[in-house]
Amino acid sequence: MTRKEMDLLERYSEIAGREVVDHLRQLSSQLKGMRVVHVNSTRQGGGVAELLAKIVPMMNALGIDTSWEVIEGTPSFFECTKGFHNAIQGNTVVLSDEAFQEYLRVNAQNAEKLRDKLRDADFVFIHDPQPAALLENIADRRGKWVWRCHIDCSRPYRPVWKFLRRIVCDYDASIFSTAQFVQPLPHPQYIIAPSIDPLSEKNMELPKDEVEGVRERFGLDPDLPIILQVSRYDRFKDPLGVIAAYRIARKIVPMQLVLAGGGASDDPEGEIVLKEVQKAAEGDPYIHVLVLPPDAHRIINALQRAADIVLQKSIREGFGLTVTEAMWKSKPVIGGDTGGIRLQVIDHYTGFRVRSPEGAALRIRYLLHNQEKRMEMGQRAKRFVRENFLLTRHLREYLALMIAIFHGLEDRIDLTRP
Amino acid sequence: MNNSHGQNTRFHIRDCALVRLSTGLRVQTLREFRDALERVPAASVYHHFWGRFLQPQFDEPEYNNDFAAWAYRGLHEKALAERLSVIDPTEYEDIEGVRLELLERVEDYLYENESVIWAKTDEQFYFVQSQLVVLDTGKCMVHPRELVTNLKEMSLGSIFYHFIDARRRTQQKTDDFSIWLEAFGPKYNGLITVFRSTDPYFSSLKAIREKLVRECEKFFHD
Repeated sequence: MTRKEMDLLERYSEIAGREVVDHLRQLSSQLKGMRVVHVNSTRQGGGVAELLAKIVPMMNALGIDTSWEVIEGTPSFFECTKGFHNAIQGNTVVLSDEAFQEYLRVNAQNAEKLRDKLRDADFVFIHDPQPAALLENIADRRGKWVWRCHIDCSRPYRPVWKFLRRIVCDYDASIFSTAQFVQPLPHPQYIIAPSIDPLSEKNMELPKDEVEGVRERFGLDPDLPIILQVSRYDRFKDPLGVIAAYRIARKIVPMQLVLAGGGASDDPEGEIVLKEVQKAAEGDPYIHVLVLPPDAHRIINALQRAADIVLQKSIREGFGLTVTEAMWKSKPVIGGDTGGIRLQVIDHYTGFRVRSPEGAALRIRYLLHNQEKRMEMGQRAKRFVRENFLLTRHLREYLALMIAIFHGLEDRIDLTRP
Repeated sequence: MNNSHGQNTRFHIRDCALVRLSTGLRVQTLREFRDALERVPAASVYHHFWGRFLQPQFDEPEYNNDFAAWAYRGLHEKALAERLSVIDPTEYEDIEGVRLELLERVEDYLYENESVIWAKTDEQFYFVQSQLVVLDTGKCMVHPRELVTNLKEMSLGSIFYHFIDARRRTQQKTDDFSIWLEAFGPKYNGLITVFRSTDPYFSSLKAIREKLVRECEKFFHD
């Protein structure tokens, strides 16, 4: 173990608690010396790359020989897999036979390149659909192969899912983020919730002046409370509903609204929603519609820390990691009563779940009026995330799953027996 | 270390971790729930009562098991939620006994209510089960006094294994700590009584650990 790897465990120990890291050591001692390979399709950008950038060094620090491989593809391959992504999330996506053929061809090509590594690994984790077809090209594989689906798979578009299903059927197991996302497959389907990394730029502690600096940077009024929603400009995130809620609440309590989301140049629908939001905000100096670059992690972090209340008024949501991020910063969250928000926002304890702009407005007013309650809920929210949604819990479940898969499907795997 | 009867009284501290698995069963109406409840693996019934201790949950839950929580939040049937919530699994011989009790109460409710009781599509109930991985921590206690320091440092997985899981593993259907203390004779009866009267069902692992530490400190300092 390198000094750097040891330091990494030490840093997580400081945040999550020593007993949590000791527990990881206990579990990993059963897997020492094993070779694990994670495969995805990008080294940078997106939640999966962020997760692997941390989980891989941590597994190595725990004595498991772990590597991270990234497949290479052509523009038409990535166009096809983007179609897969949208189709899994339920959009109607018509893909040509050529697109499917290109997908299989690129996977076969990458399998050739990675053959030795994949064949000899004790465990191979394939993340998302892009590299899923590697498996059918490694017929002499020795280890266990697990397909990790990070996408909301609750209602996939059938024609595309039928194609993918045929490919992922042969895996030894699959992992979905929540029980709602699980699709029928002929192997064990594990449920592992996503997590946030408390040491990442998006979630790390920031100097006070950096947090305060965002007010000046975006022309926010230093004397008004900030209501914030961070999300893509997407109808399912209901940004217009957020504006409606703000307008109702503002009649009584002065405040400012910040909507912060990524650019939408590659997403025609996003572009339309952004325009609608900008139009709805027109003429109101207290609504700030921010379009931020994809790597604006520190800015998002600072905005979340500067906010008094965070909203995630989605009408449909996968897990909702922006909710987790806000809660980690001790903010009560007013969230839509849907998807993974229900797992995180516990009504009246860590925030409020709402089903209408009126409901959101009422809760905004309540929290702005009750500072003590707001602080109390924020503290509870942070504790809840520390105990349940940090990267260390995610890793613990991966390790337990690896042990479980090696020992079969028994309810109880007792490793204390001689 | 041996006690006065010459028995080996080492307490090996174990730890455990839980992984959740889908059963593939989901239901939207109360009648579907009843039918599924009859055929889900016992591990699933167990999980929805006890597995919640080792998975994301808020430590002040409104209802004490997942079935009751769904009856309230999904079906919006408060009376049913109350009736299911009051089922205390520690009062039954095994998990099959708990299943029968659940079925009985759901059937009574269906009999009393002639209308179809249903949840929205996005509020279905998903039956989940879990696998428990049990590990040896390599630590052990030889004297009851060591409980004070060891309990403080125990992971929540260890608390689950020795205080909750023990109830389905041991002949006495109680926690491992008090069974261990029994081997030292009547001297520790006071502590045994406190351990056995600590109700795990209405608590969280953290709260259980705090309480056990507090009681041990009190016992050994008095």
